[in-house]
Amino acid sequence: MRVDLRLLLILLVVACLALLPVAALLAEEPYWMRFWSRIMILGLAAAGLNLILGFGGLVSFGHAMYVAIGAYTVGALRHHGVEGGLPDILVALGASAGVGLLIGAICLRTSGIFFIMITLAFAQMTYFFFVSLEQYGGDDGMRIASGTQLGPLHLDDTLTLYYSAFLLLCGVIFLTWRLVNARFGMVIRGARSNEQRMAALGIPVFRYRLTAYVISAMICALAGVLLANLTLYISPAYTHWTRSGELLIMVILGGLGTLFGPVIGAIVLLQLEDLLAHITQHWQLFLGPILILVVLFARGGLLGLLAPRQVSQRPAEEIDG
Amino acid sequence: MAEPLLSTRNLAKSFGGLTATDDLSLDVLPREVHAVIGPNGAGKTTLISQLSGELQPDAGSIFFDGQDITALPAWRRPHLGLTRSFQITSIFRDMSALQNVALAVQAHAGHSFRFWRPAAQDPELLEPAREALRQVGLQHRADVAAAALAHGEQRQLEIAMALATRPKLLLLDEPMAGMGPEESAKMVELLQKLKGTLAFLLVEHDMDAVFAVADRITVLVYGRAIATGRPEEIRGNENVRQAYLGEESLAV
Ligand SMILES: Nc1ncnc2c1ncn2[C@@H]1O[C@H](COP(=O)(O)OP(=O)(O)OP(=O)(O)O)[C@@H](O)[C@H]1O
Ligand SMILES: [Mg+2]
Repeated sequence: MRVDLRLLLILLVVACLALLPVAALLAEEPYWMRFWSRIMILGLAAAGLNLILGFGGLVSFGHAMYVAIGAYTVGALRHHGVEGGLPDILVALGASAGVGLLIGAICLRTSGIFFIMITLAFAQMTYFFFVSLEQYGGDDGMRIASGTQLGPLHLDDTLTLYYSAFLLLCGVIFLTWRLVNARFGMVIRGARSNEQRMAALGIPVFRYRLTAYVISAMICALAGVLLANLTLYISPAYTHWTRSGELLIMVILGGLGTLFGPVIGAIVLLQLEDLLAHITQHWQLFLGPILILVVLFARGGLLGLLAPRQVSQRPAEEIDG
Repeated sequence: MAEPLLSTRNLAKSFGGLTATDDLSLDVLPREVHAVIGPNGAGKTTLISQLSGELQPDAGSIFFDGQDITALPAWRRPHLGLTRSFQITSIFRDMSALQNVALAVQAHAGHSFRFWRPAAQDPELLEPAREALRQVGLQHRADVAAAALAHGEQRQLEIAMALATRPKLLLLDEPMAGMGPEESAKMVELLQKLKGTLAFLLVEHDMDAVFAVADRITVLVYGRAIATGRPEEIRGNENVRQAYLGEESLAV
């Protein structure tokens, strides 16, 4: 039997993530849990983005916007005295779906570089929209009085948040796996591969892409709800273009269109940032070249490096990375 | 004469100053093999692209199965039974041959808002897909990535995908382009086998193939139909001789 390095790595990562809180408690380093919660939350957003970027081939440069929508939902509801958790989640999902439907319907009329620019433009508009919301702190952002509370679960509790992020991430990856291999996913992937042929076969790709876009927006909004619980703070910076860029980098770094790529990407990017920030103030100077190297030499991302040879010969139903 | 399955009326299309389709009226009867021949740049592909809805004609109309489809979006036309293939192979290179065809089957198996069951294990898709691969002689290559197929095999896959949509009229744009003699012969054999079960609009430079399978031939020059008729008529047509067919190819 040939050992699949990717599978090994993934199992290892999942096991470590599942057990990390134990280590953190033993070592009395609760900060670890917060740091890794952040990684998983951003990994979750990246997984959402991956659905349309990796599987759909659409480079959205504005997905941080949906993370911000999720976070602002928590902030706004609390600000207006709405307690309890279900509203947080339902409103975040509803708002991101509505905004995603509207913006997606406009952006998906374009393609290529225009799609990148228009998604970026919408994210920037959202940025200035949040800046203009004086009641939510405008430019400075706003503290959130309390987190999301689902029955006995308080998501702003460090351990609860950690495992919520972990389970949600696993759930979304599982869902993505079903989705991309079902008929829906075949259409999304076919449209990435050859949009012209899809139409010639009789498949209207727009409606499927729009659906994928909305699903990916909703996943990002869930990540936003968790992020608000982590920081208990909202700020227009959440929708800044650099945040969208970070999500893109995570997906590309981990491996476009692989199930676990976004998580691997999130881990590597945030660890790298952390590491380089300790060594030098100018860490961004070093991060750039590293990313360029990955793109040049590992076109399938880091997971692609570990993939068995002749990936192109493998039928795509075996997507498991 | 039977009611035509497809007809164009005074179709016109130009690119800038260049006329690619010029006042073209043409009928394809049910189950007819109607070949369209003409020199390079005559507007054959442009015609197919208008019939399939990828290009919008500047003027004129297209009727299919008794319906005016001139303005119908491209993706709807295969659902009426009008499917095209491409001169320049247009496949899903990162998928297996079987998946390529399964996607074509899926296009005609209801909507694709199905989020749970793996398509790769769906007999409703795979069985017809295998059948289409068998028709073109590609069944033994089902699990090979489309990008890894030989050129001739990709051409066969191209046809299998179009066939899998179960068309009433198949628009074939140079199906033999780039095929070796053996593959070409197989393709002619396939066309002869399918002949009578559906209609074809066949664009092809291989005159032996055209004269072997066509019921009628239309000759296109500068976007204009200079002659339409049975193969013997076309062979004997003086205009066609001068405009297009070399003396040798008529000596068949
Ligand atoms: N999108 C386009 N824009 C501009 N000109 C075009 C376009 N498509 C085709 N043409 C021109 O229209 C004319 C007809 O082209 P078309 O591809 O239909 O010819 P064809 O008969 O299919 O030729 P071939 O036998 O080489 O495939 C050519 O002169 C071509 O250069
Ligand atoms: Mg052509």
